[in-house]
Amino acid sequence: MRLLTHNMLSSNIKGVTNGFPLLIEVEKVVEKQVDFNEDFLRNMFAKIEWKALVEASRTMGYTELPENSESSMLNSDEFLRKFHHALLELHLEEGALVCPETGRKFPVNKGIPNMLLHEDEV
Amino acid sequence: MKLKQLESLIGSLDQFENPKIELEQYPTGPHIASRLLYTAENSFEDVENKTVADFGCGCGTLGLAAALLGAEHVIGLDIDTDSLEIASSNATDLDLDMDFVHCDIRNLKWRDRIVDTVVMNPPFGTRRKGVDMDFLFVALKVASQAVYSLHKTTTRDHVKRTALREYNAASAEVLCELRFDVPQLYKFHKKKEVDIAVDLWRFVPQKDREKHL
Repeated sequence: MRLLTHNMLSSNIKGVTNGFPLLIEVEKVVEKQVDFNEDFLRNMFAKIEWKALVEASRTMGYTELPENSESSMLNSDEFLRKFHHALLELHLEEGALVCPETGRKFPVNKGIPNMLLHEDEV
Repeated sequence: MKLKQLESLIGSLDQFENPKIELEQYPTGPHIASRLLYTAENSFEDVENKTVADFGCGCGTLGLAAALLGAEHVIGLDIDTDSLEIASSNATDLDLDMDFVHCDIRNLKWRDRIVDTVVMNPPFGTRRKGVDMDFLFVALKVASQAVYSLHKTTTRDHVKRTALREYNAASAEVLCELRFDVPQLYKFHKKKEVDIAVDLWRFVPQKDREKHL
């Protein structure tokens, strides 16, 4: 699972109001190279929750992203490369996503997070 | 990529080994899948460089077709773990990168308009009524650009009315009518193969949706 997907997911347990971002418990991270696509990054930049991406990438061991971001940074090739790497190339392969409000764990196996809820959570 | 090439590549994908009737698991045939994605890209530019979500992805056919046409980020979502395993190995076979999430589409809480395009071949709701419309409701929330979906032709008026009036779609258009071959997968199928008339829809989500939705 890429961090772009992580940036979309939130805890959907009934009653939870602050289910985003999910915390990450890392067992295994893999990196997969992806072609650099500047237009895509510019388009995604507006949709991404930056702080969540920074925290997630740090948890995954990548500390190069700046704490804060603004759209002028998109003019820097260096910034775009780092953004690209964090967003698309880091994969959580094994571990868990944790609801920030309840602590409920959603396991991630073979890169696939299991977000299915139990009956009493729907 | 040419249509024929796309159709042949996705024709090579593994399909359900033991389809589950309660989930209405029918494979999306390569004929339909290739036309859906080919139209989305070549007539509307909704695929290349986009983020595409495949709702109820099953074995990943639609999502992988999107990836083959140059989608930058593809996420397949399904409630069935066996399907996701097949979909994931299909992605590996085609050397494509696709993310998967094991979830119930109806409980999905994504930010509005976070993906560009949603593609789906939803359960037609013959076992659980209205489930295709539940999928559409969520799809029109999370997509910013377009939703492509298949619905039975017999439900055309209902789909159009609901999408426009209740889900606030900016437009709802039938692009073409297709024949959906349902092979004899389940014991209750009496005929060897049935084909159902199915509409290929393109919906455009409302840009300024009211908050209460």
